[in-house]
Amino acid sequence: MTILRPIFYLALLAFIIAAPFIAPDFRTQLATLWIFIILSMTWDMTGGQMGYNSLGNILFYGAGMYIAAVVGISIAYNVGEYTNAAGGGIYKFTDTQYFLGMALGLIAAGVLCAGIAWVLGYLLFGLRGPYFAIGTLGAAIAAGELVSNWEWVGGGQGIALPVFPGDDYENAKLFFYYLFAVTGVVLFIFLRWFYTTRFAAAINAIRDDEEKAEAMGLHTLRYKLITWSIAAFFVGIAGGISGYQLIHFEPLETAFQTINLGIFMVVCVLLGGKGTLWGPIIGAILFHVVKEVTWNYLLGWQWVALGALIVITVVYFQDGLMGWLARVKPEWFGERVTEKPALAGEPAE
Amino acid sequence: MDQIIGNIGLLFEFPIVNLKILLDGIMIGALFALAAYGLALVWGVMNVKNLAQGDFVIAGGYIAWTLDQNGIQPLLGIPAAFLVMWVIGWITYKLVIKRVIERDLFTSLLATFGLAIMFAQIMNLMFGSDTQSIQLDMPTLYFADGFIDVPMSKLVGVVTALSLAFAVILFMKRSRMGQAIRATAQDARAARVLGIDTDKVYSFTFSLNAAICGAAGAIIVMAWVIQPFYGITYSIRAFVIVTAAGLGNLPGVIAAGLGIGALEQYGSHIFGIGYQQAIAVLLLLLVLFIRLLQQRRKRQVLQ
Repeated sequence: MTILRPIFYLALLAFIIAAPFIAPDFRTQLATLWIFIILSMTWDMTGGQMGYNSLGNILFYGAGMYIAAVVGISIAYNVGEYTNAAGGGIYKFTDTQYFLGMALGLIAAGVLCAGIAWVLGYLLFGLRGPYFAIGTLGAAIAAGELVSNWEWVGGGQGIALPVFPGDDYENAKLFFYYLFAVTGVVLFIFLRWFYTTRFAAAINAIRDDEEKAEAMGLHTLRYKLITWSIAAFFVGIAGGISGYQLIHFEPLETAFQTINLGIFMVVCVLLGGKGTLWGPIIGAILFHVVKEVTWNYLLGWQWVALGALIVITVVYFQDGLMGWLARVKPEWFGERVTEKPALAGEPAE
Repeated sequence: MDQIIGNIGLLFEFPIVNLKILLDGIMIGALFALAAYGLALVWGVMNVKNLAQGDFVIAGGYIAWTLDQNGIQPLLGIPAAFLVMWVIGWITYKLVIKRVIERDLFTSLLATFGLAIMFAQIMNLMFGSDTQSIQLDMPTLYFADGFIDVPMSKLVGVVTALSLAFAVILFMKRSRMGQAIRATAQDARAARVLGIDTDKVYSFTFSLNAAICGAAGAIIVMAWVIQPFYGITYSIRAFVIVTAAGLGNLPGVIAAGLGIGALEQYGSHIFGIGYQQAIAVLLLLLVLFIRLLQQRRKRQVLQ
């Protein structure tokens, strides 16, 4: 097992690097898959590991998109004038301006989203269970509505970003795929380490019984704020990248897409298995495949099918794939078996 | 910014405008209260937080609209929506809600959110994404030199909503089923021990809730407009009202409903109509935050 593990990870890494060349027609879909993976993994940090089910993590995705775009534009032009022209052709970006703007924009998106999560956390972390879910959902919807009325960032029209330099659009697809992949891999490595630390043990304690955790001397609010901020940092970066990938985005349907991506990430995690390292990833892949298939074969009814998938997953299959495996093959999970009742928050049957 | 100050100035310059806004707010607020009462019922009795509440409202509206398109008197749409939504509510209960009652609250929240997406998309496919409304041939009443206009259709809607609410309250107080529902809300286990078929109570409650929402939607489509994706804001408003008023507090629900209607109208007067949805949601955050501070004083959390 100990020898197999590095080989497995190296093979996986090789596959990630080679994937856009194995399936060159699916480069955009693969990049989208990375968005799902990143968002599910970060959602699981609070939802699965800490027991705080947020329905509003999409807020950081939208905010990251806007922050990255605004910072990237402001490096060369006045943002108000730029959005006023709605992406008219008079604004040219040199390669340096484009990449420097993007780099600064992504950093700003990550850091500021972490800040937003910190402030929002102060307001919302006193809410428990369903109230937290509704509160975060409300915050995300409110953010979308407010941004769509904010003329300086383009209002309901959204922002049109500069196009990737060069004529060959395949280069852009590859570039964004690898940008997402790097973010995702960094996030995975970070979480793999993070979930072994005492800090992760503390947030698991919060999930299992917050009152007892506090009685044991944990400063629970601080743990919750830090965890949510880390999650928001990665979501913000993912949002920033997808803003540049989409080129044009608008607030309600693309950036703060509460009822689409905002709920899909939760379903991905539930499908794969809450509170596990691999669950969100497997769930994201499964969900994305189902989504693409329904898109192709059920044109028009795809959203209905996805809604039905959400209901079915939540009602009949809430333990997810990993939870199911843990029940059927407990020996695969070693010591984790004893944790099982706490994971689901209720008896398994 | 100048526009906002100008709008506030208008309120002081012509105090009669306040009355108009208040009237508008109270009229739509009565319908919010109706949907919120349904939510409070389901929340209190079966501990399910129904995020599909607003989509039931919109579905009811589309039922009345379809009847109107086929030349049937729009007022008949209200009982029709009540009955059809009763059946839809019952089917929803049997297929989904029944299986989430005993689970944790996030499950029911997420399941009903999935239902909300499904309902909204099905309505979008069936009726298109345009806003729809029924034109009633009713006069508009004018007061105070034409400053205040009250369309009869809104007045009829509010009166219907009030009588429906009154009927439901009476039913809950007097009938055998109403007593069973209240008993189940107090203690489901004790009710079961005493021979109440709680499953039947649950399915009845959820169907009744869907029917109330459907009737509210049929009223809304006569005096206001509906659109397949407006549902989520009605759900949010229902949550605001129930969270502000608390469960089982009927006068509170009515007061909060009217208050939120009025606040929303004031907000959209001051900030512009584009902010109407945002105001509805920001009110939710405000109410949650106030409740949070109240609980914190008692060293408790909102759960």
